[in-house]
Amino acid sequence: MKAFEYVRAEDAAQAPGLLAEGGKYLAGGTNLLDLMKLQIEAPAQLVDLNRSGLAEITETEEGGLKIGALVRNTDLAAHPRVRQEYAVLSRAILAGASGQIRNRATTGGNLLQRTRCPYFYDTNLPCNKREPGTGCGALAGFSRPLAVIGTSEHCIANYPGDMAVALRVLDATIQTLKADGSRREIPIGDFHRLPGDTPHIDTVLESGELITSVTLPPPLGGQHIYLKARDRQSYAFALVSVAAVVTDSGARVAFGGVAPKPWRVESAEARWNEGAQAVTDAAFKDARPTAQNAFKLDLAQRLVQAVMNETQSAGTPEGGAA
Amino acid sequence: MTHTTSHGSTDLQLPRSVRVELTVNGQPKQLELDPRVSLLDALREHLHLTGTKKGCDHGQCGACTVLVGGKRLNSCLSLAVMHDGDEVTTIESLGTPDDLHPMQAAFVECDGFQCGYCTPGQIMSALGTLDELERGIPSHVTADLNTVEYSDDEVRERMSGNICRCAAYPNIVRAVRSVHEGGQE
Amino acid sequence: MSKFDSPAGINPLDQEKVLARPHARKEGPLKVTGQATYAYEYSADPDLQGTTYGYLVGAGVARGQVTSVDCSVAEAMPGVLLVLTHENMPAQGASDTPVPQEDDATPQMRSAEVDYYHQAVAFVVAETFEQARAAAGALVIEYDNRTAEGDYVLAEVMEDAEKAGSDEESKDQQVGDFAGAFRRADVQLDVTYTTPYQSHAMLEPHASLAVWDEAGEELTLYTSNQMVHWVHRGISKTLNVPQKNIRIVSRYIGGGFGSKLMFYGDAVLSAVAARTLGRPVKCALTRPQIFNHTSHRPATVQRIRFGADGDGRIHAIGHDSYSGNLPGGSAETASHQTKLLYAGENRLVRQRLSELHLPPGGSMRAPGEAVGMLALECAVDELAEKLEMDPIELRVLNDIGYDPEKGPERPFSSRRLADCLRRGAEEFGWEQRSAQPGERRDGEWLIGLGVASAFRGNLVKPSSATLRLEKGGKITVETQMTDIGTGSYTILGQTAAEMLGLTLDDVEVRLGDSEFPKSSGSGGSWGANSAGTGVYYAAEELRKKIAKAAGYDPKKAVFKDGEVWEDNKCTLLGVVAAKAPEPLEATVNATFGDLNKQYAQASFGAHFCEVGVHRVTGEIRVRRMLSVAAAGRIFNPVTARSQCLGGMTMGVGAALMEELHVDGELGLFINHDMAEYHVPVHADIPDLDVIFLEELDDKSSPLKGKGVGELGICGVGAAVANAIYNASGVRIRDYPLTVDKILAGWASRSGSQGR
Repeated sequence: MKAFEYVRAEDAAQAPGLLAEGGKYLAGGTNLLDLMKLQIEAPAQLVDLNRSGLAEITETEEGGLKIGALVRNTDLAAHPRVRQEYAVLSRAILAGASGQIRNRATTGGNLLQRTRCPYFYDTNLPCNKREPGTGCGALAGFSRPLAVIGTSEHCIANYPGDMAVALRVLDATIQTLKADGSRREIPIGDFHRLPGDTPHIDTVLESGELITSVTLPPPLGGQHIYLKARDRQSYAFALVSVAAVVTDSGARVAFGGVAPKPWRVESAEARWNEGAQAVTDAAFKDARPTAQNAFKLDLAQRLVQAVMNETQSAGTPEGGAA
Repeated sequence: MTHTTSHGSTDLQLPRSVRVELTVNGQPKQLELDPRVSLLDALREHLHLTGTKKGCDHGQCGACTVLVGGKRLNSCLSLAVMHDGDEVTTIESLGTPDDLHPMQAAFVECDGFQCGYCTPGQIMSALGTLDELERGIPSHVTADLNTVEYSDDEVRERMSGNICRCAAYPNIVRAVRSVHEGGQE
Repeated sequence: MSKFDSPAGINPLDQEKVLARPHARKEGPLKVTGQATYAYEYSADPDLQGTTYGYLVGAGVARGQVTSVDCSVAEAMPGVLLVLTHENMPAQGASDTPVPQEDDATPQMRSAEVDYYHQAVAFVVAETFEQARAAAGALVIEYDNRTAEGDYVLAEVMEDAEKAGSDEESKDQQVGDFAGAFRRADVQLDVTYTTPYQSHAMLEPHASLAVWDEAGEELTLYTSNQMVHWVHRGISKTLNVPQKNIRIVSRYIGGGFGSKLMFYGDAVLSAVAARTLGRPVKCALTRPQIFNHTSHRPATVQRIRFGADGDGRIHAIGHDSYSGNLPGGSAETASHQTKLLYAGENRLVRQRLSELHLPPGGSMRAPGEAVGMLALECAVDELAEKLEMDPIELRVLNDIGYDPEKGPERPFSSRRLADCLRRGAEEFGWEQRSAQPGERRDGEWLIGLGVASAFRGNLVKPSSATLRLEKGGKITVETQMTDIGTGSYTILGQTAAEMLGLTLDDVEVRLGDSEFPKSSGSGGSWGANSAGTGVYYAAEELRKKIAKAAGYDPKKAVFKDGEVWEDNKCTLLGVVAAKAPEPLEATVNATFGDLNKQYAQASFGAHFCEVGVHRVTGEIRVRRMLSVAAAGRIFNPVTARSQCLGGMTMGVGAALMEELHVDGELGLFINHDMAEYHVPVHADIPDLDVIFLEELDDKSSPLKGKGVGELGICGVGAAVANAIYNASGVRIRDYPLTVDKILAGWASRSGSQGR
């Protein structure tokens, strides 16, 4: 970990003004400090947001919720209205990390969680996301946990988080404060970038831009389900996860673990009544899996099938076991 | 073929030390710390409270679990300076070998450990778990998010951030249950 | 010197007043309060508060040569005291292999050569941990990178494999005419299983704190190590410092599982740096370094062949195991147990070894059996299915009371395999199993049951101990033996207490210090039995001295209730101690004769598992498990049960998730942290049952016990795999059994890509 200057922001509004060249905001620290210890991140300055407010959940005029960027994962998942009306969000958060980490990890920070690709995590190894121009070790190497769609020839890293997958089906928007004091709203679907030929840039945030809150539109009703398949039963990143909200008028579904961002294809949702295969065939039409991670396509379809089985009482096709 | 491993440029100036005031196990502590010092290393290396363990230093094992403001966290994933003014509770505050806290006594009684290295973290996490259950915080295995009740499965899920490679898991679950039941009487 | 060379007769341990009874761990209160001190933590001692921090830098390439290390920036950084590289390392003892070898020299940075990824190439020492870590990150290291010249994939080199070695475990077993008998058999099975590289992943990283005297002649090394006498001699040979000038302290060890049988860069480089600087230095390997810098369990490819008659009698049994290691490293002896476990008059069992340039392979909990049984016990399940036999009946039918190679003249010292299988079947409800896979269901879950035998060879090693009668009448036990969570403190205390008629509280046990008599150390499940034998003989000797001091006939003396008795006279031990002109103590080195040559010796058991496989997603859940074990006298049912729970859980890990993935181009274990190398967490493990069958093995040791610490892992993963087959109908021969392989199995069966 390189030396850095530590600055505490007492007020979110002043935070962008405190941020120096090469600086970073520090919220829960559960991802940033992990990366700094490995010198994958090496900010010259940290602006600590933990005392800057932004930890409230308030109702919006439209009947939705505005979640402060510093609201901890535990508090968000346990919020009474989130549990009752945005259960997919509670479920997604609770499927991730551990109790200890959720007590610290924040709403804003979680959106910025970086990939778990093992090549990204070792500074000796080629990784275009960590060090542009060094190549992608995963493409010809170990790719089992990585993305199957939305990738490029430069990077097949996946977004590892759970919370954002639920935010994606809920059509959340992200509010930010820029360095120049202006504010903007970013739909969650536009927030994470695909790697293209600049895989080192994960999101559309500009330099110094601060996430201040995340807003949920009014509740959708319906059944909220988050299924996560992983290599052990808890405390592991998703191989594939599915966030689904199923209402009388239709279904929304987004996938985690499969792409550089929460993966949602609205046109695939329209095929919900045609069955799981129709949904995933449409959602993963342009998938380019490796030999090691092609199973994620099958698994995604099966998780959708499991969601359908859970939401329908009858007519549950076998998964192939019988 | 030449291969270079370098970790980039570096700074030659001494990192400024920062003043950090913590209340640790009820005792006020003033420290002058390099801002890079994790809460874990502040406890172990500066306050010599070595009961809190470093297993992975990356939030992947839970051995460093302490309570801050009564809530459990991985002390390796926090800078000490982030906790200026906070109350920190470590294993050392609970009991002594001759006068064990009920959770410590239950771990001994149920053989909830072998090598002992994850144990302080398991115990602090168990206290956090019982508190979170008490406060109605749901978990991944809570069937109805609005009804949170104690069960062994709830304990297993909530304690999953504490890895025990000796795998005293069934015994730990038994120890936590016995404390829960003791607290119910 | 006392030698165990004939079966044990009745002895004071048979009273079982303290031994063989449940006792909470002696050191438990220290561990649960955070007061047990592990190696890295001794610097909290006021005398050691000037301790400096070492940070190891591992090679960034798998193979090649360091061509330059630019330390200029690092050395100018705040607090930096020293940068060690191959260029400024003092002379060290040599080793002819990069693989650490028991008590041999294990030099670090002896040359510029890089033999494996994360081999030490530099060591930075600074006033603080943060400074050392930052300076390590500022080194600029250049390599002549020859990674492309190395072999990293076992399957690509195993055709050229050679015989693994000439030791007992490695040599071929060829009995009868295997090829002919296999060819003629009514029922044949010929299957190949693979097991992956695995990591010990103990919770405490390898850590050392080195302190020299002012003259730089005498070293105290606090280090986390299972084998005090090996690291003692090995460090001596590495540093070229006489062993008498070195003290090793390893009182508490945060898990080892074989990883800490050897020592690594943290120990050697801390010692070298501390001597250079004249200040104490400590270093813990970082978690991401551990996976490549230290050892691992090698991967295997195992071909198993059975030829049986229609009744299920095995007439031909073949097991070939292939593994790889760096030059000079040893094989994973995965077929060894097959020499002894089942009957069959025609046998061909072989171990083969290839050269690979991955990091050094070593011992991990039950080397050989742990992965050998994963393959063998699934193959038995497959054979049972072919024969349309119950897999328990097949195992019982082929049970054998003697070494199948040597014949009835080499019987097993004790062997209750069939009893374990039968008892387990009864307790677990084996009759609920449907022989046809996929027939039982619970909601969305397909339910299956699986069984496997457990087998672990019984090993014993010489071990010595000192027992001393203290003034108050209490006993102190001192030995180099370690407690890695196995229960040594408690078991040795129980043994001494039983021998001297005391309670466990009357015995203080001091371990893990080279100042004490040399011991077996902890490994291979030999610890409790071997170190206990050292304590037993020392106690015998001390009993004589106490009796004499009390004026009694040592042959007639009886020890009970804190007193020594002869007929109706008695004296409190405290009184004997108070009156003795000099301290009464005995130091004895216990050795073992050839009873393990005369008798085949092993612990046996049976594992039972119930799993659920989600009928749609293929996800797997372990629902219930039971292990039944017969391992001679169980010295402490509490700690022995916990050892079994640990083995069973590690077996679940081996079955379902544990795998170090190799990048075959870059030559390293790529998933080198605890987020990506998955070991079981609480949520993976249901309540587990363990049953110990009564057994005394008088040919194993005077304690009449056998190894139990590794028995729990041997075979258990196969029981899980067999249960998965029974649930899902998918037979996976490539461990671990992850969800993608279940789906692939379903897809290949339906021929429709599983959609």
